[in-house]
Amino acid sequence: MKILTTVKRVTDPDMKVKIKPDQSGVVTEGVEYKMNSFDEYGVEEAIAIKEEHGGEVVAVSIGPSQSTKELRTAMAMGADRAILVETDADLDSDAVARVLTEIVQREEPDVILMGKQSVDSDRSQAAQLLASYLDWPQATFAYDVEVADGWATVGREVDGGTSTKRIRLPGIITADLRLNEPRYASLPGIMKAKRKPLETLTPDDLGVDIAPRVNVLKFEAPEEREAGEILEDVDELVDRLKNEANVI
Amino acid sequence: MANVLVVAEHLDGALRKVTRSVITFARDAAELTGGDVDVLLLGSDVDAVAEELAQYGVSRVLYANDSAYANYLAENYAPAIAAAAEETDAAIVCAPASTTGKDLLPRVAASLEAGMVSDAISVSDDDGLKFRRPLWAGNVITTVEVVTPVKVVSVRTTDFDAAEPSGDATPVESFDPGVAPSETAEFVSFDQVKSERPELTDAEVVVAGGRGLRSGENFEMIMDLADTLGGAVGASRAAVDSGYAPNDWQIGQTGKVVAPQLYFAVAISGAIQHLAGMKGSQNIVAINTDPDAPIFQVSDYGLVADAFEAVPELTEKLQKLVD
Repeated sequence: MKILTTVKRVTDPDMKVKIKPDQSGVVTEGVEYKMNSFDEYGVEEAIAIKEEHGGEVVAVSIGPSQSTKELRTAMAMGADRAILVETDADLDSDAVARVLTEIVQREEPDVILMGKQSVDSDRSQAAQLLASYLDWPQATFAYDVEVADGWATVGREVDGGTSTKRIRLPGIITADLRLNEPRYASLPGIMKAKRKPLETLTPDDLGVDIAPRVNVLKFEAPEEREAGEILEDVDELVDRLKNEANVI
Repeated sequence: MANVLVVAEHLDGALRKVTRSVITFARDAAELTGGDVDVLLLGSDVDAVAEELAQYGVSRVLYANDSAYANYLAENYAPAIAAAAEETDAAIVCAPASTTGKDLLPRVAASLEAGMVSDAISVSDDDGLKFRRPLWAGNVITTVEVVTPVKVVSVRTTDFDAAEPSGDATPVESFDPGVAPSETAEFVSFDQVKSERPELTDAEVVVAGGRGLRSGENFEMIMDLADTLGGAVGASRAAVDSGYAPNDWQIGQTGKVVAPQLYFAVAISGAIQHLAGMKGSQNIVAINTDPDAPIFQVSDYGLVADAFEAVPELTEKLQKLVD
């Protein structure tokens, strides 16, 4: 079974981002980057499927040349090889999906594992767009995946509870939080990853026009909430809720 | 082509309130485009939902009543919505940024060769339509424009009031999208978390617990406080990750976004990912033992206290007031 998994290099989610004074983007100097946390669940699941069914895991990233670091991390976890589609442009989800469509047509995987969203752009679109372009079924927000007889049975996190869906492979699955516990890269894994193949392409090589359908015009900070008061005790809290906020 | 098509969402034979917020967004957008608001309902024998949708003064209500739509599948819904967008000459297709909307709308966008905006919090006309949306866990708001003729939008419903019924009832039209059901995707089950409590996204009061509660059993006191005020129960991602609470309760960047009148954050430190899901609440109460917890930076009322003592006391005193 051939499994494709995607890896995005994102700003460290525990750092507060700063916006450039001209509102054209966020400050990148001095910022730490790491693999999008939902992609870690996707990579882990891809490796787990390979461990059960055999085959190959190919990790793909679209981004600047530094994204090789996140791809090496995926290979240190257990991916067999990697492809970087190198670009300094900030692609919209549609362009990401069109680049990945070309990669899928070259690689012909049986299943694709992706994070349910990236924690920087928070769009949650690329996997579903890709599924649509390929005319493949999708199972988003997965917390459980079983692959057997050419189908994947996927437990999904949905509003109001959980849902189970079966998709015939090839198909796309996006990872949610409870799916697994991503493994740490071991030292031997890290050493091995240095020798695993990493191919670099550009959107041009793939013949994809990355012109966006959605243009970002301006970045702003949200309105900040003002910190309120620290109260003495429960009695004061009850009094304020009743007589000041008027919510009881 | 200036109309706005709303894709309705329903559960247990009732319209979800989030759809009414999307109707408000659609009215705002249609005012700018000079078009009409239309609604599409996909389902099987949900006539009562169709009748309710007819009360909001929209131009057309299209009702695709077919067993193929009894259970939600993106593979079946997306082509039907694309067909309805063409039927209604829609310039904007919108739905709630619920798990269904997030799963579904990108496929609709791909079919319509449309750009898509996720989590829109406003629409305006400033030399063309502009949308604002949060990202980076709500720490950044961008203004975006969609360059394609058709635009697909998932709406962050906490930023729009629920539409109230208005005007004469719209006649409900039956609609046949003419789409064959998918052979590669099958619905198996929907396991609903049954609860007497209101839905998190609709509740006026939300009581949320964090990892500081140390166990699932200790969520009992969160539920007691919520029940005293007729509220919903939520949890931080850390509490969900630790297995103390179901994922459906998760509030934050990767869970639900809520904006109730009154929000209690109990034993929640206030990571930015959590704040992303609740800082739009009108009144925020934080109870935490750590006086330096970031949650106190956004709370209106803070109690530096042990939740195990403060919450039962609070529940008891509020119960007396409510009685």
